[in-house]
Amino acid sequence: MASDYVLEAHDLVKRFGEFSAVKGVSFSIERGESFGFLGPNGAGKTSTMRMISAVSQPSSGTLSIFSLDPRTQGPEIRGRLGVVPQEDTLELELSVRHNLEMFGRYFDLPRKVLRERATELLEFAQLSERANDKVENLSGGMKRRLTIARALINRPELLILDEPTTGLDPQARHLLWERLYRLKREGVTQIITTHYMDEAEQLCDRLVVMDHGTIVAHGAPRELIVQHSTREVVELRFGTDSHEDRHLQLAPYAQRVEVLPDRVLLYVNEGDDTLRQLHAIGVVPTSALVRRSSLEDVFLRLTGRTLVD
Amino acid sequence: MTDTLDPRLGWSRWRRSWWYHAATYAHTWRGSVASTIFFPIFYLAALGVGVGHLVTQHTGLVQGQTYLHFIAPSLLATTAMQLGEGESLWPVLAAIKWIRNYHAAAATPLEPEDIYLGKLTWVATRSLGTGVVYTIVIACFGALQSWWSLTLPLIAVLITLAFSAPLIAYAATVQSDGSFMTIYRFAFVPMFLFSATFYPLTAYPGYLRPVVQLVPLYHGVALARAAAFGRGAWGAVLCHLAFLIAMAVVGVIVGRRTLRRRLVD
Repeated sequence: MASDYVLEAHDLVKRFGEFSAVKGVSFSIERGESFGFLGPNGAGKTSTMRMISAVSQPSSGTLSIFSLDPRTQGPEIRGRLGVVPQEDTLELELSVRHNLEMFGRYFDLPRKVLRERATELLEFAQLSERANDKVENLSGGMKRRLTIARALINRPELLILDEPTTGLDPQARHLLWERLYRLKREGVTQIITTHYMDEAEQLCDRLVVMDHGTIVAHGAPRELIVQHSTREVVELRFGTDSHEDRHLQLAPYAQRVEVLPDRVLLYVNEGDDTLRQLHAIGVVPTSALVRRSSLEDVFLRLTGRTLVD
Repeated sequence: MTDTLDPRLGWSRWRRSWWYHAATYAHTWRGSVASTIFFPIFYLAALGVGVGHLVTQHTGLVQGQTYLHFIAPSLLATTAMQLGEGESLWPVLAAIKWIRNYHAAAATPLEPEDIYLGKLTWVATRSLGTGVVYTIVIACFGALQSWWSLTLPLIAVLITLAFSAPLIAYAATVQSDGSFMTIYRFAFVPMFLFSATFYPLTAYPGYLRPVVQLVPLYHGVALARAAAFGRGAWGAVLCHLAFLIAMAVVGVIVGRRTLRRRLVD
């Protein structure tokens, strides 16, 4: 079964006893694309990642990776994958270089190849100067880059990144994004989960939003914004007023009104027009901000604002 | 595209896990080597020569041996047990839960069974090395009396496996290390002290002897003694061997499953 899809999942389910973490998700990932999984904690992202990493078996549904069956061909599939887990799993007592070389042994790569690749990957991860330092002395961003470099030791066709930049400072994140772009240009297919909407917009060609174990939306980031939000959002603050009372008054002027404790959000197509209309009827907020809709608006719309732990 | 479609893939994956441990050890071994060499020397000097002096004065020979000769094989047996314990509880839970490097390994072509076997065979390898060093040290104290004592390193490996295999299996099932200290205090330490380690089984009253004979380390100590002295009834030796082999086999059967359950689901 030759196919342009690196990965095809149909109706995947993952159950742990009575609890269903993933309740029937379907998606296909094309060669060379960057595909995102968004969703709040507990949405089933990590369980999905573990299935498509050919580590845990789906409870039901069909899954094909490189047109192979993870039930019977797990080792072969994993040999062609790179996995960047949510938490770093580096050997703290070993040097940066040795972390790469040791890990390569799991793929049965000859020592000479490992030495060459380690040098190459150290360069890629901008860690050449730290090659002989112990990992425990590295900063969070460096460890993250090393984890990614390590996942590339077998030259994977598909790289799976579970929250690659969580906990990193902006400089470290941007450097990482730049490295991921480079891999994409080299043709490495990527699957990324993230909590950061700007990251998803930056990195993903297509993405799905998961909530409670199902896919609630899928498409390119811009498409999702068009489908699930308006072009612009007006954020109004009304000093000490109770914002709840504003709902009825503002409702006619927006496609959707969302009242938050500290501000009111109006989902509209032309924010400045809306502000003018509001002025005309005597609504004078203490502050008003017009901005473009973002993926974050879509995300919160689809998965709600309730805190999930 | 890929370098990993290896025809050998499938039957020798655990070998890679063994290699990983070996190569990692090659970079961190310095701390453990000194203790491997000096500990048996200290132990034999303190107990064998020191306490042995008193024993010789008061009771003479123990089972026809000087006290030093008598306890030298049990030193090897208890060390083999301690190596199995030390390598199989905290390091395994750490690899699953804290450092999570078993999860990293499970994302490669390795299966959980490969990770289990790689770890176990690596611990056995360490035990073989330690067994050789101890056998040499014991020989230097003049405590070896038979060609059978050349099997002492292999006996060390068997003892280590008998403890390591089930302990890894157990460590793969726990969520925290709370129970480990309890096991040390109430299983390992008493086992170390009461497995006819420092005195013969006959020192116990008759009704206690069958209880001691159910203690795993007793079989290791008895086996090591039989090899060092080249003396022992075949029936008893086979019984000791069977006891230790059974522990290792059950450990492997259970451990492959518990580690799979832990890493894959």
